[in-house]
Amino acid sequence: MKPPLLVATGIGKRFPGVKALQGVNLHVQHGEVLAVLGENGAGKSTLMKILAGLQQADEGSLEWQGREVCFSSAVAAMQAGIVLIHQELNLSENLSAAANVFLGREPQRWGFVRKKSMEQQAQVLLDRLGFGLPAHSPVAGLSPGKKQIIEIAKALATDARLLIMDEPTASLSQAEADLLFGVIHRLKSEGVSVIYISHRLQEIERVADRVTVLRDGENAGELAREEIQHDAMVRLMVGRAMSDFYQHQSHPRGGELLRVQSLRTRVHPRHSLDFCLHTGEIVGVAGLVGAGRTEMLEALAAIVPAVSGQMWLDQSAYQPKNPREAIAQGVMLVPEDRKQHGLVLEFSVQDNLTLPSLESQARGAVFRDFRAERSLAESQRENLQIKASHSGQVARLLSGGNQQKIVIGKWLARQPKLLLLDEPTRGIDVGAKREIYQWMEKLVSEGIGVLFVSSDLEEILGVADRVLVMHEGRLAGELTRDAMSEEAIMHLATGAVTEDLISRSS
Amino acid sequence: MKKTLGIFVVFLLICVLTASLSDVFLRPQNVENLIMRIGLYGIMAIGVSFVIITGGIDLSLGSMVCLTGCGLPWLLVKCGWSPPMALMALLVLTLLIGLTHGLMVTKWRLQPFIVTLCGLLIYRGVMRGLASDQSLGFGSAYDSLRWLATGKIPLPGATISLPMPFVLLMLIAGAAAVFLRYTVWGQHLLALGHNEEAARHSGIRTHRLILASYMICSLLAGLAGILFSMDVNSSQPSDFGNFYELYAIAAAVLGGCSLRGGQGAVLGVLIGTALMQVLRNMIVLVFPAHQNMEFAIIGVVILLGVVGDEIFKRAFAK
Repeated sequence: MKPPLLVATGIGKRFPGVKALQGVNLHVQHGEVLAVLGENGAGKSTLMKILAGLQQADEGSLEWQGREVCFSSAVAAMQAGIVLIHQELNLSENLSAAANVFLGREPQRWGFVRKKSMEQQAQVLLDRLGFGLPAHSPVAGLSPGKKQIIEIAKALATDARLLIMDEPTASLSQAEADLLFGVIHRLKSEGVSVIYISHRLQEIERVADRVTVLRDGENAGELAREEIQHDAMVRLMVGRAMSDFYQHQSHPRGGELLRVQSLRTRVHPRHSLDFCLHTGEIVGVAGLVGAGRTEMLEALAAIVPAVSGQMWLDQSAYQPKNPREAIAQGVMLVPEDRKQHGLVLEFSVQDNLTLPSLESQARGAVFRDFRAERSLAESQRENLQIKASHSGQVARLLSGGNQQKIVIGKWLARQPKLLLLDEPTRGIDVGAKREIYQWMEKLVSEGIGVLFVSSDLEEILGVADRVLVMHEGRLAGELTRDAMSEEAIMHLATGAVTEDLISRSS
Repeated sequence: MKKTLGIFVVFLLICVLTASLSDVFLRPQNVENLIMRIGLYGIMAIGVSFVIITGGIDLSLGSMVCLTGCGLPWLLVKCGWSPPMALMALLVLTLLIGLTHGLMVTKWRLQPFIVTLCGLLIYRGVMRGLASDQSLGFGSAYDSLRWLATGKIPLPGATISLPMPFVLLMLIAGAAAVFLRYTVWGQHLLALGHNEEAARHSGIRTHRLILASYMICSLLAGLAGILFSMDVNSSQPSDFGNFYELYAIAAAVLGGCSLRGGQGAVLGVLIGTALMQVLRNMIVLVFPAHQNMEFAIIGVVILLGVVGDEIFKRAFAK
């Protein structure tokens, strides 16, 4: 029998202050689709980067087609036949599909690109994937799903034997995802192997031959084809049943805190949003990437003010023109990209925690009160249990979970009325994740409104009292806790319901 | 702080070296002149460090020096304005220019490099046109006004007295240090210099602060220009203040400002300015035959300073 395509043994990797991976084993057979599962922060991405040569393991060994290897770079891994397809696609928008497929390896004669031969070869690859796109068509303007397939063609052009797909369906519609699954099936029949990472367990039930689960940087277990079931996967991922992890409490629903009427965002100006939020309830916002969820939160926090529409906070008109006004009225955003928007990474923990509160503490709103700043930082650090060696530590050096706690802490110090959270637990370890859920519950019980966007359906199902589902810029529907299910949410998020309605009415 | 200390040690070394190679260096006359020049260039360097902290740059300083330095004698002597009127007009003009730079950078999102490069060309060009490229001066009049630059405040018990520009620098530096270290705005400025978006998300009025920084920078450059011209009493629009922006930027960077923004302390900028001026003085005193090499020597020293800093930083990071 042939040796497995890839065997990783005892992989370990340390980052400053964090043990990302420890003694992880993994193997992939020829023509197999292996799903790698795990919570955010379980170490999947790090492991994949090591397999693809982007990072080097501190310990452990890799065996590729029976021979021990050590990839010093992504190019080395690619030459061996391993290609990582990034979550954020890396295509040059200004070039054609063919030029992207052969980027950096263009067929040449005397330094000139042989365009015709390049397009012919690219066409062969695209056709092989069952994808009716002319190779000369420009990449700009293609849907995310089609771009993904160009990425796959690009990998095939280098004779890849193993494709690593990191959340390939995160930005795809259902139809596009189906197209992708077809492609994966074809690849398999050609003997190409795929490592597939996704949070959507239903997809994994559909495409995976085997599942390997990571938890806190270690192997948590493995499921063979016939064992791949939703509950089994969840149990391995979180190490306990879901109900233990999300300790949902329902609170008495209070008065109306926020009312939004005909809100139009700059990105989707043709659709208006109407909804309201009460005290005592955690409202989740689900939808595919690009559905306009972040834009909605940014309009509420006036990061990018709404184009039009009316809002009421606590029964009085709320029309902030910039973040400063929103904050002054008690609406604060924990942004999706905490490193770019949430924190000043070069600042210390203390300076980050106090940044929005400086003026309210300063003497005459001008001269800083260092003692008050220190005590604010210390109390928030203790309150949220931010693990830093001291308050003067630079925020950059902290783990994702502790960084996120700083962002939450800097708002708690301003006593929010409504806290908006955009993907609050992305890239955060399980422990901190749980603490953040507990905080969300606590805030709601104290009468603070909580509205959060998440792409993690488990999280929505586990935490939200009510979910708003968005699809292409509008609210596709709303589900209360007893009506919530993964299927119902995905149904709304992919626009299935309305398309049914349209076809029925026409 | 470590960085400031490092540059201070280098400054002392160069002082000791120069003093041992030239007996003119420590003569009261030379020391006074040196302090005077530190005062003049320091005012500009403090100004530009505000802009550098925001992550921007101002290349128009030299032309701003020309505009006010030639503008003052032109308004007084050629146009017959009264001194308070002329001074007021020039300082308001510099504030407006700074405001324009700031608005272009914030509202239109133009690159500071381009905006102020155009400023560099425009302001000198305008002044040369207005003065028909003639050399300007105060003659023997306006002595009481010129006291602002030429005056000296005797130090009790010392052989040297303090030149007025240095006294002004100390006042300005004191105010700038208080602003950066002890006010909310100083902290906001540092935050936005590191990460403008995160600062805006935190409710900081980033545009206002950036506007203020460009205005402070232009105002101080304009003030320095006025003092320069009062001191030398003769200004030629075609080369008055040429390259001064580079002296100021180099001093700020030597003093610990990062061109990436978010970093800078007044004390460091002062020492950086002093280092630059001592270096120039050393070239004149110790290598009089190689005075034409001045720029080359200064360039090499700054480069060594930056490289040394980087090496230190990496060594500490390990």
